[in-house]
Amino acid sequence: MTADPRAAGPSTAVPLDPALAPPGTRGFRDAGGIPADRWHADQNGETLVPTHCCFCGVQCGMYLRVDHGGKVFGVEPRNHDINRMRLCPKGINAYQQVNHPDRLTAPLMRRSRDEELREVSWDEALDFTVSEIRRIQREHGNDAFGVLGGASLFSEKTYLVGKFARVALRTRHVDYNGRLCMVSAAGANKLAFNIDRAGNPFSDILLTDCLLLAGANVGECFPVLTQYVWGARDRGAALIVVDPRETAVARTADIHVALKPGTDSAFFNAVLNVVIEEGLTDEAFLAAHADGWDEVKANAAQYPPSRAAEICGVPAEQVVQVARAFARAPKAMAFHARGIEHHTQGVENCLTVINLCAATGHLGKPGAGYGTLTGQGNGQGGREHGQKSDLLPGGRSILNEEHRRQICEIWGIEESELPAAGTSMMEMVWQMQRREIRGLIGICNNPFVSLPNYAVVKDGYDATEFHAQFDFFLSETAANAHVVFPVTVWAEDEGVMANAEARVVKHNKAQEPPSGVRTDTWVMCELARRLGAGDKFAFGGSRDVFDELRRASAGTVIDYSGITYERLEETGGIAWPCPSTDHPGTPRLFEDGTTYHADGKIHMQVVEWHPPADPYDDEHPMSLTTGRTVAHFLSGNQTRRLGALVEQTPRPWAEVHPSHGFRNGEPVRVVTRRGSEVFPALVTEAIRPDTVFIPYHWPAPTSANVLTIDALDPRSKIPEYKVCACRIEHAAAIDEVPAPPVAPGHVAYPETQVSRTDPLPPTAPQGRGTSERS
Amino acid sequence: MMGRTIFIDPGRCIGCQACVSACRECDSHRGKSMIHLDYTDEGSSVASLPTVCMHCEDPVAPCAEVCPADAILVTADGVVQQADTTRCIGCANCVNACPFGVPKIDLQAKLQMKCNLCYDRTAYGLAPMCATVCPTGALFYGTVEELQAERPGVQVADTFVFGESEVRTGVAMVVPAERVRWPVPGGLPVVEINGKDVRP
Repeated sequence: MTADPRAAGPSTAVPLDPALAPPGTRGFRDAGGIPADRWHADQNGETLVPTHCCFCGVQCGMYLRVDHGGKVFGVEPRNHDINRMRLCPKGINAYQQVNHPDRLTAPLMRRSRDEELREVSWDEALDFTVSEIRRIQREHGNDAFGVLGGASLFSEKTYLVGKFARVALRTRHVDYNGRLCMVSAAGANKLAFNIDRAGNPFSDILLTDCLLLAGANVGECFPVLTQYVWGARDRGAALIVVDPRETAVARTADIHVALKPGTDSAFFNAVLNVVIEEGLTDEAFLAAHADGWDEVKANAAQYPPSRAAEICGVPAEQVVQVARAFARAPKAMAFHARGIEHHTQGVENCLTVINLCAATGHLGKPGAGYGTLTGQGNGQGGREHGQKSDLLPGGRSILNEEHRRQICEIWGIEESELPAAGTSMMEMVWQMQRREIRGLIGICNNPFVSLPNYAVVKDGYDATEFHAQFDFFLSETAANAHVVFPVTVWAEDEGVMANAEARVVKHNKAQEPPSGVRTDTWVMCELARRLGAGDKFAFGGSRDVFDELRRASAGTVIDYSGITYERLEETGGIAWPCPSTDHPGTPRLFEDGTTYHADGKIHMQVVEWHPPADPYDDEHPMSLTTGRTVAHFLSGNQTRRLGALVEQTPRPWAEVHPSHGFRNGEPVRVVTRRGSEVFPALVTEAIRPDTVFIPYHWPAPTSANVLTIDALDPRSKIPEYKVCACRIEHAAAIDEVPAPPVAPGHVAYPETQVSRTDPLPPTAPQGRGTSERS
Repeated sequence: MMGRTIFIDPGRCIGCQACVSACRECDSHRGKSMIHLDYTDEGSSVASLPTVCMHCEDPVAPCAEVCPADAILVTADGVVQQADTTRCIGCANCVNACPFGVPKIDLQAKLQMKCNLCYDRTAYGLAPMCATVCPTGALFYGTVEELQAERPGVQVADTFVFGESEVRTGVAMVVPAERVRWPVPGGLPVVEINGKDVRP
């Protein structure tokens, strides 16, 4: 339950007698002090605005400290039941971007890429954008213009992105950067359960007897979730970690399976093989609730532990240990993240984990189930309401006639006017290369850093005739645009996000946006108005959009109709489906064993392991895998500007095993079929000898994504970031890490530039940053 | 033993440095962190642990005892305050005296800085900023009873031995239950002095 200091009344309500117990004495504390979550320093003119962190899918509750001038100047932990006061370094520093000197405060524009970006009026930027949209669509058809959204946007805005593309632009080409995040898990969940969300709330982790983390670096990507993992461990739960690296959580695991990247489905098929061989399946559960078990069982017979050991490069005994620990536990849970999802068989990898949960009956119970850990704040909500190329609001299919009719009725358009399904984010870039898509609006995303195979991405964007970007900092992608619209940061607007539990939480506005900055909602509505669709976009703000979103989701699986802003503030968050305003929400799925398929069954799927897309050979014998570091978020556009986070992790590195003969900090050249780059070596035994790890938050020329392959999972269209063939060599020098671009007329925040040119390697043993020992 | 204090549990630390960032946010030393993160087995393990002021109780605060300017105050509730800026002369005696390597000197300002257990927060009943935010509970603020209620069977130590000297601290360390040693050896053995190997 959320404790709002304003709702709780002023701090003077706390029964204290300062005369008897002066501050600074134990008596003062024993008298009750002031409860930590109700601290409200009214006397200094400071107010605390309850909201949530803008970053990952945990969505920690926090207070933003607002001074008497209405400016955000700090953060205070908040006792929200997701995070219970905890925050990670990104959350603690997030507030610093609100009034950051690098903020864009006026639209930027240029008529061709030969010119420099210059500050212009809103009218000039909007007029130029509208005239270019009209020109391109007139000359090349509506589908020649595309929109790419983002999953860091509030759900209201992601809803608007889908509606704007299809109603105002009439283009089928709309997708979003959640395509790079957890769509493999979404695809697997839809196939198995016909519902696209995690099965259990985080709090169930505390009740489990065995926790399996597959490709989930919880310590760095979802640090606040670690308290649940440790809580389970305190109760004696077994911890199994499947990861090529010994992460901070893997270090403490009962079983750490350090498998070769790209072999997850072979491993989980083999685990299922042992579960079957040892008679540890829950046959009663399978008979009542599963479909396809016979085929899955027959397929698992092809994966004895010895075969998995050969494919995955792990001892066969570990397969047996994992099978016994997971299947024998009275309650077991499995969580996965990008480690098994970022593959050309990402969907299938997730399906093998689901098969394991189903075969052992670990589903739909307190402490038993599955979940995926969303990387972006609104990774879950961002795809629910029509921002994804094939989905309409409420998760409706754009190919289903009934679904199309329902949405056209709400949007007030003819069904013939609603475009068909579009293509995925990476495919849109390929279309830009082929000049099938000639104009693009990007909304709060940074593909120049986040998409694989940078050369292809740059080529695609350079080929566009017109490119506009919404952002609050000049990202590497925005620096390529013709028009940049300066928009609000999360603390300057209100809206909802759905976290990795599918719990919808409300973000509140803490300060007014700087002069010259508009909300994304305003910009989309204004563009729509100028394009002649103003009557469909007559929204005053987030609340109006949310009301339409609720109506548009009613009756679907992703039902938001019972969720209101007021209820969210009272409850601290409601998990969908929530079909009526007196419905409590659905924190846990399948409690009666029924899924969302028409037959109510789990549809188990046969998975055959196949090797990654980029084959190994004598030239490229090793695996390159990429991921995150705790101090940075996604493409780093936000966190690479915050002094404390830059200082903590100033540059990328290549993590290599000592057997290759590198000394810590020596330059190491990593070569793939796409290119080569030099990084300081971080030599550690915490990685497989045949694997190299590089964090991806930095742009070219020191960028993991110059090296990665743009191969996609055929179903989810997620790129295979987690494995490609590479080799490593000694190199002469380390390239300088570039600073983020700064808008014309702005001065880079000097404190964020520290140590950028310092060639020293990361000094921490695991490369997760430098310790402050000044 | 001690009342409400910080307990450090290295087994839970994930090296995220949320404590370091949080310490910077504390109003009493805004912008500077008084915590650093230590890595115990560089190159072969990702193990880490945060180092805060241990608020020595017996002998009472070596840093304060050696301060020639009487700048370091120890409060009745056992908190060793950072040096009073009106008295500190930046001599670094405290740095040399501390067995845990905690106080720092700002050479430009000629002032000492160290963790004061977030006195501006604890005085109001709040936990120190580092222990409040620590995502994993590697830093826990409360009584030993509260800690043990949350983590059944947990063992803590508040006495550390350096050579022949024992130091009892106000801040305690969680130690593995099956390997309780008392007192806990503090620091690593000295192997070299002025270039000479002094190992026995």
